[in-house]
Amino acid sequence: MTIQSPSLELGAALVQPIAVPGGRGYWQSVGRRLRRDPVTLICAAVLILLVLSALAAPWLGLADPYKTSMIRRLYPLGSPGHLLGTDELGRDMLARLIYGGRLSLFMGVTPVVCALLIGGLLGITAGFVGGRVNMAIMRVMDVFYAFPSVLLAISLSGAMGAGTENTLLSLTLVFIPPVCRVSESVTTQVRGFDFVDAARASGAGMLTIVRVHVLGNVLGPILVYATSLISVAIILAAGLSFLGLGVKPPEPEWGLMLNTLRQAIYVNPVLAALPGVMIFITSICFNLMSDGLRAAMDVKA
Amino acid sequence: MDSLVPIEDRGGPAQPLLLASGLRKHFPVGGGLLGRGRKVVRAVDDLTLSVAKGETLGVVGESGCGKSTVARLLIRLLKPDRGTMVLDGDPVDEPHGITVNELRRQVQMVFQDSYASLNPRLTIAETLAFAPKAHGLPAAEARERVRDLLSKVGLEPDTYAERYPHELSGGQRQRVNIARALALRPRLVILDEAVSALDKSVEAQVLNMLVDLKTELSLTYLFISHDLNVVQYLSDRVLVMYLGKIVELGPVEAIYGDPQHPYTRALLSARPSMDPRKRTHEAPIQGDPPNPIDPPSGCRFRTRCPFAEDVCARVEPLLAETGRQAVACHMRVAGSGHSKAAA
Repeated sequence: MTIQSPSLELGAALVQPIAVPGGRGYWQSVGRRLRRDPVTLICAAVLILLVLSALAAPWLGLADPYKTSMIRRLYPLGSPGHLLGTDELGRDMLARLIYGGRLSLFMGVTPVVCALLIGGLLGITAGFVGGRVNMAIMRVMDVFYAFPSVLLAISLSGAMGAGTENTLLSLTLVFIPPVCRVSESVTTQVRGFDFVDAARASGAGMLTIVRVHVLGNVLGPILVYATSLISVAIILAAGLSFLGLGVKPPEPEWGLMLNTLRQAIYVNPVLAALPGVMIFITSICFNLMSDGLRAAMDVKA
Repeated sequence: MDSLVPIEDRGGPAQPLLLASGLRKHFPVGGGLLGRGRKVVRAVDDLTLSVAKGETLGVVGESGCGKSTVARLLIRLLKPDRGTMVLDGDPVDEPHGITVNELRRQVQMVFQDSYASLNPRLTIAETLAFAPKAHGLPAAEARERVRDLLSKVGLEPDTYAERYPHELSGGQRQRVNIARALALRPRLVILDEAVSALDKSVEAQVLNMLVDLKTELSLTYLFISHDLNVVQYLSDRVLVMYLGKIVELGPVEAIYGDPQHPYTRALLSARPSMDPRKRTHEAPIQGDPPNPIDPPSGCRFRTRCPFAEDVCARVEPLLAETGRQAVACHMRVAGSGHSKAAA
C-alpha cells in the first residue's frame, strides 16, 4: 500500500472525473418527492407570486399607495379603477396590499433568518460541545422561554419604541430560543451516532467534523422548523403593527392596515378583512410548505 | 501531518503494541441539581491489559460488562478517569509522549452498527476520504486511496465509490466501515462487535476478509464480541470480562480447553452445542449480572458463583498466573482461605 507518484495520480484524476450521483443523492430524492406533492407545490407557487409581486410592485402599473382622496373613501370591491376598493383615506387597496406585502414579508423572513443564524449557531454549539457549554446556553434560552413569545415581542418593542428596526430586533430575539432549542436537540441526536465518533476517532478537528458530518444532517430539520416560524413572524409583526408598536403609518403593512381599517368594519366588512386574508394566505402557505418539506426530508433511504 | 505512510515498528516485536494499565472509567448517573445522591456506574475498574504486536486479542463477556467502554477508552473516545496507556513505548497524552491524535492515527475502530456508523449524507468515497483529507492528504491522493481501500475490502471501486450507505447491504456497509478504519493505515484495529449484526454467511465472509487483511497489512486486532465461537476462531489470546474487571486472561487454547474461572466455565457451557445429545437442560449461571452502580464487595462474581464463600465477599481476588493463563479467583490461589484452594 504505497502512494504512487503524484504525476500518475493526476493523470488518473483527469481520466476519471468524479462521477455525479445520478439522481440518487439525498437532495435529489427530496426534490423528487416534493414534485409529487401538489399542496406544497401550490403553496410554493402562491408564495413565489406574492414575493414577486411585492418585489415588482413599482412596475406593475398600480395606483400610488400613498395617494389619499377624501371623496373616494371606502369604495367597495370591484369599483371602477379600484379593483379591491379604497381604504379609509381613499388609497387604492390593491396597491396597498401589494406594497404592504413588501414590508410584511420582509418582517416575516428577516427575523427568522437572523434567528436561524444566531440560534442555529448557539444550538449546534450547545449540542455538539455538550456538557457545561450546553448547560450555560440552554439555561439562558430557558429564561427567554419563561415569557410567552407574543408578550416578549410586545414588551421588547414597547421598551425600544415603535419602528421597523425595533420590530425586527424584538422578533429576532423572540425566535432565537426556539430555533436554538430545535438545533440543540437535533445536533445532540446526530452527535450520538457512531459516524460522529468514527470521525472523532480519525483525529479530525471539531470544526471539520461539524462541517462535514453534523451540518448536513441537522440543517434540514432546522430549516423546516424555521419555515414554519415565518408564518408566526408575519402574524407577530402584523400584531405589533396593529398595536401601534411596529411599522408607523402611512407605510403600507398588512397589520397596520388591519388596524386602521378597524373603524370601517361596520361600513365595509369585506374590505376591512382583506389585509387579514393576505396574512392568512401567506402564513398558511408557509405552514403547509414547511409540512411538505418535512415530509419530503423525513424519509430515510 | 505528513502524507500518511504506514508507521514503522520501533520497539521490536517483543515490546507490546499497546499497554494500558489501571484504566478506570466511572460514569456518574442520576443525582439532583447540585449533584446530591449521585451514583457512579463502574463501567471499567482498574483494568490492565497489553496487546502484543501482530496478535488478535479477543475480549468476551456479557452485555454491559464494559467491553465497549474498554474499546472507547483505548481509542480515547472516552477519557479515562485514571490509568495510563503506552503505545509501542510512547506514553499517550503525557509530556514526552504522543498526543491523542497520534494515538488515533495508529489505533482505529470498527463499530457494531454498520448503518449508524456511516454518515447517510455522504457517498462511500466521501466517507472514506474524510480521515485522510483531515490529515492533509491531497484530494487526488485521497481519491486513489479510496479506490485502493475499496478493493482491499472486496468492493469494486467503480460500482461502490459514489453510492450512499442506504444503497448497500449490511455486509457491504460493514466492509466500508472496515475500509474506513484502515484509511489512516493504523497498526491496531479495535473491532467492537464488528460482525455481530451480520447474518452468519456474511459474517463468515467478513471474518475471512479480516484474517486476510491482518496478514496483508500486518495489523493487530482487539476483537470484542459476545460470540464465543467467533472469538475462538479469530483470537490468539482471550480476555474474559465481568462487570468491568478481567476475570481470566490467557491463550485461546487454555481459555477454551481448560477454563479456570467459574464465570468462564459458565460462559463456555452456555454455548449452544451442535450435538443434539449434548443438550444443556439447566442454565449454567442464574440471573442477570448485578447492577454495576453498586457492584458486590470482594469478588464481583460471587453473587452468581456456585462456589462462593466468605472470603469471596471479603477479599477481592487479584489476577494471578496459574499455569498457562491468569485468573482472578480465590479457588486458584493457594492459601487464599477458600476451601477449594490449595493449602
